[in-house]
Amino acid sequence: MSIREFAESGADLELVGIQKRFPGFTAIEELDLTIPAGSFFALLGPSGCGKTTTLRLVAGLEEPTAGRILIGGKDVTDTKAHQRPVNTVFQSYALFPHMSIIDNVAFGLKRRRIGDAESKAHEALKLVELDHLAQRRPAQLSGGQQQRVALARAIVNRPALLLLDEPLGALDLKLRRQMQLELKTIQEEVGLTFLHVTHDQEEAMTMADTVAVMNKGAIEQMGAPEELYELPRTAFVANFLGKSNLFTGDVVGTTDTAMTVDAAGHRITIATARAQRHQGLVTVGVRPEKVTLHAEQPDEVAGRNLLGPGRVIDVSFAGVSTEYIVAVPGVATISVFAQNMSFGPVAHEGSEVWLSWDVEHGFGLSDEPDESSRFPADADTQSIAVQRREALLTELEGS
Amino acid sequence: MAFAAFATTEAQPQTARRKSPIALFLLLPGILYLVLFFLTPLISLILTSLQAPSEFGDIGVYDYAFNWQNYVAVIESYWPHILRSFGYALLATVFALLFSYPIAYFIGVKARRRPLLQSLLLVLVIAPFFISFLLRTLAWKQILSDESLIITSLKALSLLAPDAYFAGTPFAVVFGLTYNFIPFMTLPLYTALERLDTRYLEAGSDLYANSFTVFRKVTIPLSMPGIVAGTLLTFIPAAGDYINASRDFLGGPDTQMMGNVIEANFLVLLNYPAAAALSIVLMAAILVLVGIYVKRSGTEDLL
Repeated sequence: MSIREFAESGADLELVGIQKRFPGFTAIEELDLTIPAGSFFALLGPSGCGKTTTLRLVAGLEEPTAGRILIGGKDVTDTKAHQRPVNTVFQSYALFPHMSIIDNVAFGLKRRRIGDAESKAHEALKLVELDHLAQRRPAQLSGGQQQRVALARAIVNRPALLLLDEPLGALDLKLRRQMQLELKTIQEEVGLTFLHVTHDQEEAMTMADTVAVMNKGAIEQMGAPEELYELPRTAFVANFLGKSNLFTGDVVGTTDTAMTVDAAGHRITIATARAQRHQGLVTVGVRPEKVTLHAEQPDEVAGRNLLGPGRVIDVSFAGVSTEYIVAVPGVATISVFAQNMSFGPVAHEGSEVWLSWDVEHGFGLSDEPDESSRFPADADTQSIAVQRREALLTELEGS
Repeated sequence: MAFAAFATTEAQPQTARRKSPIALFLLLPGILYLVLFFLTPLISLILTSLQAPSEFGDIGVYDYAFNWQNYVAVIESYWPHILRSFGYALLATVFALLFSYPIAYFIGVKARRRPLLQSLLLVLVIAPFFISFLLRTLAWKQILSDESLIITSLKALSLLAPDAYFAGTPFAVVFGLTYNFIPFMTLPLYTALERLDTRYLEAGSDLYANSFTVFRKVTIPLSMPGIVAGTLLTFIPAAGDYINASRDFLGGPDTQMMGNVIEANFLVLLNYPAAAALSIVLMAAILVLVGIYVKRSGTEDLL
């Protein structure tokens, strides 16, 4: 496919045994990934997990240490960035400060000698509702406007593969929704392949057909958003994609349909089919919104897990729902999301409650529970800061 | 965050700057300095340039007059020198730019992740300043002289015609000017390139521009403030330079620049009005040229 023409349709992307080492650290361990043509694929992960590096490898801005990159079946590993039928929406926008908005948007078209670049650029700007600012310089635009220009500058080229590096980060909520919709529409209309890198799990889940959760240079789990959310396979996915209540214990009984785990004296049952491992020490979990809060001790019902009594240690009201943090002695601190069906919270701090959930709603993880059965969230600001600092240090040492 | 979504995105109008007497007070020493050491000599220079020879005086004695013919006279007799000055200065500026850009690019962009190498290279650029300008130019006179080791070796190796010579040629003068002003070109270029955000270059290559086009369309325009500053810092002093072109250094009888004729008129011929008029012509010409250049390079909003 010549870069002189617009892509007729999206191209599939194939990464084969990709490895990327920087002096001092490995950004990507071993990555095999196939993204079918025309799909909206999200790479989700915390900062420093290698997702942006993956994107840069595909764009041709970095060279892989090992492995091949194929776009539309053609090996592009050894080609330069400007020869690839790929465009990127950069996280930093990277709009050329010395050019007007319209020149920025028309830049790619002019390089490819595509006729009528100006009017095509105007069309792209109309799409992001910024045509009236075409003659301005990037510095005269707000962050959100710049981001939309960056989007227009990439989309106008109709690349077979569009790479989006946190493209909606600087937009406010309303515009963000609007752009998400716009992106979806463009993607469906033209059938381009989108590879979207983000740390925003909500964005990944609402926009992508397929989400791959990345952690420490490898893909932890890949699948449709619902699948990832309802049946996470690792503690990392369970905690990064929404919240999870996790319990670790020995398997004490397994039948064809149910598996029971002994978590510090409490029996927790999950569906066998929803567990990854069926022997030894395992971690099982349940999503907070699947848990029901009871003010009085309910009767034992077949097919439901019952936990309690516990004490409510925190109540946070969030409009649609209320989050209760319940400490069950000896087991864990459990988070419960309850819809606000009536006015105000149904339990108060300090009150005694029982928890129950459907056996079918639990899930069993595949990873070996390590000594700390509490999985620290890898994505909180502090650990991100630590990761960034370490990455910077290794970068400095390496140079 | 969500609440901010509905706030207007329009820029806040800038609050009017308050004028403070302190600012004026702090400016006073600078203003006084300029009046004393710039404005006064300038006026004196203009007055001198209009003087006429004293009717009964000795050589070198002039009276205040409005003898504007001085200007016509100097332009008539020295126009080759004027043209030569700007020609040499232009050549030296172009060569200095061609040599400095790669150096500055390497120090400012390529060596960015190696602070030690960066500082070392910068020291190398500045190092010539530790030795007097005159000594360095004299050294080049030796190197370029007919009997120097380099010239004789080149002739022995037949890389140079047997009758070739450099001393006193325009080549030697332009060479000396280029050499002497390279640091003035490299340093502003370095400061501009050091700030160059390489993400723009990546964006350029992502948008189908090959490395040459990225350089032409992105790197050069973004380093334009450095190019303008460097060329001005080179061109202006080079146009008025009288050391390199002097017969005592790299020049010969046919390479005299404006600086040399001003010096001769002032110190040898004692024709002060002519020297002053030439100085004013030089100043005015530079002002006009620089004005056109800055306007044409379109860097007002980048500077």
